[in-house]
Amino acid sequence: MSAFLLNRLFQSIVLLVIVSIIGFTVLNLMPGGPLAQFGLDPGMTQKDVERLAAQLGLNRPLWIQYLDWAWRLMQGDWGHSFRDGSSVLAVIGRHLLATLLLMGTSTALAIAAGTWIGIRGATHRYSLFDYCATVGAMVALSVPTFWFGLIGIYIFTLKLGWVPAGNMYTIGDGSVLDYLHHLILPSMVLSLVHVAIWSRYMRTATLDALSQDFVKTARAKGVSERRILLKHVIGNALLPMITLAGMQLSSILTGALVTETVFTWPGMGRLFLDSLGYSDYPVVMGLLIFSAILVVLGNLIADIVIATVDPRIRLA
Amino acid sequence: MTKGSATTSSYSRRDALRMMAIGGAAGLIAPNLLGKPAHARTPTKPTGRVIVGLGQEPTVFNPLMAHIEVDDGVHFSVFDALFRIDPQGVIQPNLAVEVPDQKNGGISEDGLKWRIRLRDDVRWHDGKPFSAEDVKFTLELITSPNFRSWRTAGHALVRDITVLSPTEISWRMEEAFAPYLSFLTETFIVPKHILEKEANPNNAAFNQAPVGTGAFKWGKRVAGDHLELVANTEYFGDGPHIERLVFKYIPDLTVLYTQFKSGDIDLVGQPYITPDHYVEAKTLPNRVVTLLPRTSFESFYLNLERPQFKELAVREALYAAIDKEAIIQGLYYGVPTPTETFMPRQSFFFNANLTLHQFDLNRAGKILDQAGWAKGADGIRAKNGVRLSFSNSTTSGDPLREQLQQFLQQTFAQVGVEMKISNLPAAVMWGEFWMQSQFDSVIVGSSYLIGADPDVTNRLHSRSIGAKGGRGSNNAQYANPEVDALLDKGARTFDPEARRAIYSRVQELVRRDLPFLPLYQSNSVEGLKKGINGFVPNGNTRTESWNALAWYWAS
Repeated sequence: MSAFLLNRLFQSIVLLVIVSIIGFTVLNLMPGGPLAQFGLDPGMTQKDVERLAAQLGLNRPLWIQYLDWAWRLMQGDWGHSFRDGSSVLAVIGRHLLATLLLMGTSTALAIAAGTWIGIRGATHRYSLFDYCATVGAMVALSVPTFWFGLIGIYIFTLKLGWVPAGNMYTIGDGSVLDYLHHLILPSMVLSLVHVAIWSRYMRTATLDALSQDFVKTARAKGVSERRILLKHVIGNALLPMITLAGMQLSSILTGALVTETVFTWPGMGRLFLDSLGYSDYPVVMGLLIFSAILVVLGNLIADIVIATVDPRIRLA
Repeated sequence: MTKGSATTSSYSRRDALRMMAIGGAAGLIAPNLLGKPAHARTPTKPTGRVIVGLGQEPTVFNPLMAHIEVDDGVHFSVFDALFRIDPQGVIQPNLAVEVPDQKNGGISEDGLKWRIRLRDDVRWHDGKPFSAEDVKFTLELITSPNFRSWRTAGHALVRDITVLSPTEISWRMEEAFAPYLSFLTETFIVPKHILEKEANPNNAAFNQAPVGTGAFKWGKRVAGDHLELVANTEYFGDGPHIERLVFKYIPDLTVLYTQFKSGDIDLVGQPYITPDHYVEAKTLPNRVVTLLPRTSFESFYLNLERPQFKELAVREALYAAIDKEAIIQGLYYGVPTPTETFMPRQSFFFNANLTLHQFDLNRAGKILDQAGWAKGADGIRAKNGVRLSFSNSTTSGDPLREQLQQFLQQTFAQVGVEMKISNLPAAVMWGEFWMQSQFDSVIVGSSYLIGADPDVTNRLHSRSIGAKGGRGSNNAQYANPEVDALLDKGARTFDPEARRAIYSRVQELVRRDLPFLPLYQSNSVEGLKKGINGFVPNGNTRTESWNALAWYWAS
């Protein structure tokens, strides 16, 4: 196990270095840059822009900028945002909780609903429920999330007045109930696509488990269908789901770009879009590295959990 | 007429009436705007809260650091400048007790020596007294080599700053520069006693929790969501009348409008309600929706160093081939106002006698025929091996401008001109591509003025061509010796009538030379809840919140 972890750690470091070099190069090679936002200001002259570029160190050769950034990162300094001067870790920290709240809720909803729909679809194959679930999943996967978001706001906010149009809480309130009230619509909308994905995977995994010999044996022994499902099928069907959940860990934390925008949710997704829009290189690089670490971690955790759950798999 | 600064002019009756007609109610109540609402029944103590919805997030709170328009709303509320500019473009005292000019001796006859008297009743939000030392510190910080300051134009000319007393300061200008007074209306004074202790003012804690002298104190910021300012009850002027001022960040314009409809925000700030929602917005109950003139103007901007555009005949033909009326009515829902110049029509310096544009495809064709641009086998005109073909760029993701491009592409094709559309993201578009004139043509909406001063040296002087090593943003690469001379003269002239003649002539020449094809002056569709009083637009500032201290809820 320790050899496995060491090997994984080495691979992860190499991966992070490669990701950072590619990310840094691509970002800095893009025309425009962080000072482009001043191009339309009648009082900002070309000389002002050049002065700012020098003060931010943007006029140095790219490889020196990269080495400087990497050296600081190794010392725990993730840099400072070009936009507001805050440290990158502080910027990420400010948005992390909002994303965790939204993505955590919607993922929990998606797993619960998706698992149930998938199992029921598999056990009631070709029933009306199964057809409805299949069509529903196709619709949820095909239609853009922002459309669901806008339709949701139109119906449930503007027409029915049940839920707020967006925002994480009411300014000046911020009680637990208020947070929950604001969570309803965005988490439901965001979970739609994940319900679709989970239910499809779960249906396939359940059908696969149902066709296994041990199920046939259990049936031949006269075990009840309910017991077969609970004891033999669901446990086996959930195994591939663990890998899926591990892979989704990074997306859970890096947020939902579109949903956060439609619902004015101050999370990581919107931070990423904003930072990219302003070419705020330190924050974009910070998010990139953060996300890469999560991908590596997610996969590692999934491997370990699977090995623990499934005795046939051993990590060497 | 005062002999002093360009913008402290008193206006003729005709001017005043014209501006009042344009500004409507704004013009009538404007004289009382700077802290004292025109209507009575303001609350005796700050009451209630106003939430302003913004499309971009304010992130730069040190007003001297490089920032964008949306940050101004915070700066105007938390800080004070020496002067303020009112909706008519008249400069009023703020931290100073009077506006210096040559008549009252604040500015010497040669325009080189400036002397400012300051208020003695101003305190910083932490209770420390404000003094001339703070002004000196601020002006020096701006030109400090390691500080990431915003605009340095004008400030770089200041020499020998002397604190004469806690309430009096003087300095010498390297050369006479009339626009400086206007620049000072956008130069907010920062506290010396806090910032002088900082080893690196670029990363100072102050930048995340600023201390000013303004009508509102820093409250708290929830990054990516909103920031909250609270009333400064010790403010030296009248106001504030609301207890809390909240800037809420809503990046999607449709969502911004939806939250205005649903009542989540009280007032729509930049970038305001989009034109396609204007008609519906006017019908919303308990909302006041109006068109407010802005100083930015939209143009079909040309790179005059491209061989296709060097000849005036080509530029004239292209202008004649633009159906401005159809564009404004058909594409922009009648919201903007057609214009022939870069000067806002509300400006004292606006030239109303410029030749009016006429859409005439036949005339466009004839101009090109006469100039020797003949159609080739492919239907595109050419002359001396140069095809009348070019690309046009604007920021991608702007559906109205994209429609405008398609519309122009079709009409230009009818006179044998090929226009290819090549759009770019904003972060790419306004970088080197724009600043170093790497484009053929662009559709751009931009302001030409700083504050209300008519000086446009940065945009139109041949010395300001960035692509040729110049200092400014004359990205059309326009060069006209007469315009250069006029701009040089205008910057040295303090008498407003003399300046009016100078800048009227500049507008005439630019209209004749067409370095860009003027489309329209922008109007913003402003929306606020009924019951908010004291809100007045001011095209001479970059923010709708310039006078938030005067806002109050009807009781």
